[in-house]
Amino acid sequence: MKYFFLVFGSLKRKKVRTLLTCLSIMVAFILFGYLIAVKQAFSQGVDLVGIDRLVIRHKVSIIQFLPESYKDRIEDIEGVDSAVFATWFGGIYQKPTNFFGQMPVDPEPFLDMFPEYILTPEEKQAWMSTRAGAIAGRALADRFDWKVGDRIPIQATIWLKKDGSQSWEFDLVGIYDGAERGTDTTQFFFRHDFFQESRQFGSGRVGWYWVRVSDPEQAPEIARRIDEEFANSPAETKTETEGAFVQGFAKQIGNTGVIIMFVLSAVFFTILLVAGNTMAQAVRERTAELAVLKALGFTDNSVLGLVLGESILLATVGGSFGLGIAWFLISRGDPTGGTLPFFYIPAIQLLVGFSLTILLGLVAGLLPALQARRLQVAQGLRR
Amino acid sequence: MNEKDGMLVRAAGIDKIFKRGSEEIHVLQGLELEVPHGDFLALMGPSGSGKSTLLNLLGGLDRPTAGAVEVGGQRIDKLPQRKLAAWRSRHIGLVFQFYNLLPTITAQKNVELPLLLTHLNKAQRKKQAEIALSVVGLTQRSRHYPRQLSGGEQQRVGIARAIVTDPTLLLCDEPTGDLDRKSSDEILQLLQNLNQEQGKTIVMVSHDPHAAARARRTLYLDKGLLSTEPVQ
Repeated sequence: MKYFFLVFGSLKRKKVRTLLTCLSIMVAFILFGYLIAVKQAFSQGVDLVGIDRLVIRHKVSIIQFLPESYKDRIEDIEGVDSAVFATWFGGIYQKPTNFFGQMPVDPEPFLDMFPEYILTPEEKQAWMSTRAGAIAGRALADRFDWKVGDRIPIQATIWLKKDGSQSWEFDLVGIYDGAERGTDTTQFFFRHDFFQESRQFGSGRVGWYWVRVSDPEQAPEIARRIDEEFANSPAETKTETEGAFVQGFAKQIGNTGVIIMFVLSAVFFTILLVAGNTMAQAVRERTAELAVLKALGFTDNSVLGLVLGESILLATVGGSFGLGIAWFLISRGDPTGGTLPFFYIPAIQLLVGFSLTILLGLVAGLLPALQARRLQVAQGLRR
Repeated sequence: MNEKDGMLVRAAGIDKIFKRGSEEIHVLQGLELEVPHGDFLALMGPSGSGKSTLLNLLGGLDRPTAGAVEVGGQRIDKLPQRKLAAWRSRHIGLVFQFYNLLPTITAQKNVELPLLLTHLNKAQRKKQAEIALSVVGLTQRSRHYPRQLSGGEQQRVGIARAIVTDPTLLLCDEPTGDLDRKSSDEILQLLQNLNQEQGKTIVMVSHDPHAAARARRTLYLDKGLLSTEPVQ
């Protein structure tokens, strides 16, 4: 710490250059924060899925339907605890850009299958007793400023009603919270029996099943048994873990993780060049000063330490401001207006970001620091 | 310290050769020098005669191509780099022609720099620096940055930095070379006081006969050798 004034003093030497470099690093780390939050949004679903849940879909595609009658047969398979079905509704609320998932489900088994969706007992009761009742996640309700008791009109794009109309109306009876921070609260669930009696076609058909298994370690074996059960039927199945299912869904828009890591690598490489150039210039300009320090008795390694300290200080100050601003802006909400199911930076990623600032400072300062270390006193004093 | 005959500095058979491409430049050739304790020696000579090179060798800032340099009984030309740096911080005070103060820290902090290499705590370092600044008469300017000081004041800060660790030997490379006559006289008076009142041993390189006249004795360097008479 006793050398801090020296390190800080060196950064004050060219204030504008220091400020601009600091700002570049700050912007890079704001970008880091946002990209990590977006990556999190796509990977969180995979991370938080139930390890004891499987998903059964039609072998050909998710858009092919399965018979509702499979439920009893699935539950009879050894190792299966329970099964619930759901169907993709795909309606529009007010305008097409207001995207969110809407699914008809059987309330009671559905809530048993997903204990991470938390409703009050009153809300649960209201959903059981209201045929057109629906529940929305907290994030979704906040996004559209919905309150319990609101009537939610949704225009169907697939499922016309028996009278040929596209307009479905639901009574919002509950708003569920997530058990964990990353639990998806952007979805909308309504009752399957209401859906079943109102839809014009597809009666007795559902989109997919969720299955709870008694022993997660037996999941691959149980999945095989399920698929065998329906082999050679008109609706063959493909059973996979919920994690694989969610991952497959996310990959429909591309491997976001790889894209984000590629962008981040490019950003950090660029900022490394900027910071490295700043430090190289700073050391070149101060050759005589560094030689004086050595002449006074500073060792080669202590001069190396001073230059590295300067570089690390520059990177950590800029980077910490960047991370702080990213955290502040991200905590104010998803820039897409709620389309992403999760949008936040986990604390561990902030820690990773801070470690990256130190690493950036180290790498950017390494060559100039080695140059300063090699400096010969007599030669340096002559410059 | 383990010196014999009261000699603080002993340089024997010193050669210094610089290489410029394939060309070899013999700056010092078999140079012999002895400086007793309490001496104030002025080294004069034309530009390029090797005065500063000799000073660098005496201060352990450079190594001779051949020969031995002993200061306070310590053979310094054989010391490894790390030990040489530590030795310099304890035994050598350096005063430069262009002061070489760090521009981003105050006079006080500049003077404290050599003390960072000691075990003194912050308060002790501050006190020592204040004492050194008072010796050079700059107590009131301790919080000023180098750019806020005149040339003479900056050189006095440089001298305070050189004496703050109470070194055995003070090496001054053209300490008045960048100053006007009045400031130059003040600096020379200060060096003379340090020599006469505090017994500091000083080796000063200068072009200026007026400056050299303040020293106890003067040696002239030419063609790599020292003599007591100026070269015609």
